[in-house]
Amino acid sequence: MNHYETVFILNPVLSEDQIKETVKKYEDFLVSKGAKMVNKEDWGLKKLAYPIQHKKSGFYHLFEYTVDGATIEPLEVMFRRDERMMRYLTVKLDKHAIDWAKERVKRIKTGA
Amino acid sequence: MATIEEQSKGKNDGEIRYLTPLDIETKSKVRFDRFKRAGIKYIDYKNADFLMEFVNEQGKILPRRLTGTSLKNQRKVSQAIKRSRHLALMPYVGDLLK
Repeated sequence: MNHYETVFILNPVLSEDQIKETVKKYEDFLVSKGAKMVNKEDWGLKKLAYPIQHKKSGFYHLFEYTVDGATIEPLEVMFRRDERMMRYLTVKLDKHAIDWAKERVKRIKTGA
Repeated sequence: MATIEEQSKGKNDGEIRYLTPLDIETKSKVRFDRFKRAGIKYIDYKNADFLMEFVNEQGKILPRRLTGTSLKNQRKVSQAIKRSRHLALMPYVGDLLK
């Protein structure tokens, strides 16, 4: 059971419920594969540093979860097929990264 | 022949006399590895404004000799920067006003 963190950007033209539905779809896929969701973040609409697919902004989401390695490949295939998804990045977290992530969540809770 | 340092201190009896004394800063700036000192073990690719300090105006990664980071941390910094560029948190090339 490795610890992963996925950040993905959704198309800004989507409506609110389309975004919720997309995020829900991926979350259910992960949970169905036996993943344990550690953290979910929604950074909302953010300006991109450079235009992607001629779009200037995008909805950022972050998933942090533990799952066994075999489910990452099908997950990314789904990301590639989904045209609502502009960009995604899945990162495996080592122990330093996991501590940092916990630290970050604590800081956001106290800060926010 | 007064050497350049002596000339910069105003003693100029050699053939070459510089009109304005040269203040050559021979002592190089002491640089240290920020991450070892701060005890940071993981460089997060998500906070772009922290990574901006390791990038010059055009958005290029600064070399170790300027930032003074160790080789291990420089690799982590460059990987984090490349990841945040992929996620459009940082520009590949930009005239970002520092």
